[in-house]
Amino acid sequence: MFPRLRSLGQTVLEFFSILGRAGSIWWQAIWRRPQLRNAHLIIREIYKLGVLSVLITVLSGFSIGAVLALQGYNQLVKYGSESALGLGVALVLVMEIGPVVAALLYAGRAGSAVTAEIGLMKATEQLSSMEMIGVDPLQRIIAPRLWAGFISMPILALMFSVVGIWGASLIGVNWLGVHEGDFWSSMQDGVDFVSHVLKGIIKSLVFGIVVIWIAVFQGYDTQPTSEGIANSTTRTVVYSSVSVLVLDFFLTLVMFNF
Amino acid sequence: MQMRTIEIVVGMFMLAGLLSLGVLAIKVSGFNIGTDTNTYSVYARFENAGGLVVRSKVSIAGVVVGNVAEITLDQDTFMALVRMEIASDVNQISTDSTAAILTEGLIGGKLVGLSIGAEDSYLKDGDEIADTQSAIVLEELIGQFLLKQF
Repeated sequence: MFPRLRSLGQTVLEFFSILGRAGSIWWQAIWRRPQLRNAHLIIREIYKLGVLSVLITVLSGFSIGAVLALQGYNQLVKYGSESALGLGVALVLVMEIGPVVAALLYAGRAGSAVTAEIGLMKATEQLSSMEMIGVDPLQRIIAPRLWAGFISMPILALMFSVVGIWGASLIGVNWLGVHEGDFWSSMQDGVDFVSHVLKGIIKSLVFGIVVIWIAVFQGYDTQPTSEGIANSTTRTVVYSSVSVLVLDFFLTLVMFNF
Repeated sequence: MQMRTIEIVVGMFMLAGLLSLGVLAIKVSGFNIGTDTNTYSVYARFENAGGLVVRSKVSIAGVVVGNVAEITLDQDTFMALVRMEIASDVNQISTDSTAAILTEGLIGGKLVGLSIGAEDSYLKDGDEIADTQSAIVLEELIGQFLLKQF
């Protein structure tokens, strides 16, 4: 019995120390005088994390928008309310599906890439070599990725929503025959910038911080073996996805119900 | 890849993000920045414009010919003053036509339906439709029904 209690205590303490290390990475990389001369590193990271994720985001956005239009139309046409299709699809995309699905795709693509890259750097001792020659790896490696992740996520979520709405309009108006004026005017009447679009953007900012933070930390904290890197990459995707979904519930509760 | 190419591509990425934000702000949430030039305005006063909103449809014989541009309260008569924008090529609406607020479908939104009269003179920009029929308000209907009982 005591060995079990001891291992349970060890697990809990390990959990707290992980949280502490993660927090200190965030703190050190961001608050410690971000330097302007490292800006080109951030741009390079935005390219790797953001620009290269555009294709997957846009394709998924279009498909999800089209599916929403199809299913929404099937249900609304039973009550003669297919003119509300535009409003329904836009609200769902802008407030929920856009930020959440874009974050999930981002975690899978950019998060795993970042974890694998930093993990490999740790395993091949590049991080320690950098420290030895006086280059701060937190400033040159970790911080640019944190900032780039934070900046790219809302942009990707916005693109997702826009392409989704466009896909929904193609299916709904051009194929299913919803009246074009109804589609867009019901959307314009019902979607409010501050209470819907802005809240979606806030959500995507929070998701961006969480996803890139988990990705960077898992890379930095990985076991420096090939198996360790594989585990860390998997953990990034799993933890990020679950965190995004759980946070979405709490954010929605706070933002839309109070 | 060259640094310069990367910078250009990242710049395009951020521009695309800003454009998406703009599209969502303007086209999706209805920030109106353009006006249609091939329409003319027609006014109508209703006792009760209940449920009619800006951009509701205006139709003749079920065919959409324009939208509602503005709904204000006329403080002299305390009636709803509705300004409709009708397509310029629908210019033979006689001056004694009626405007009624109808409902689309069972739970749909309201629209303004015009019934054409018999006069030879037609509505021009800025004219007012004199004969109007208000929206049906459920509570008043129930009230009338209950009054008839007693």
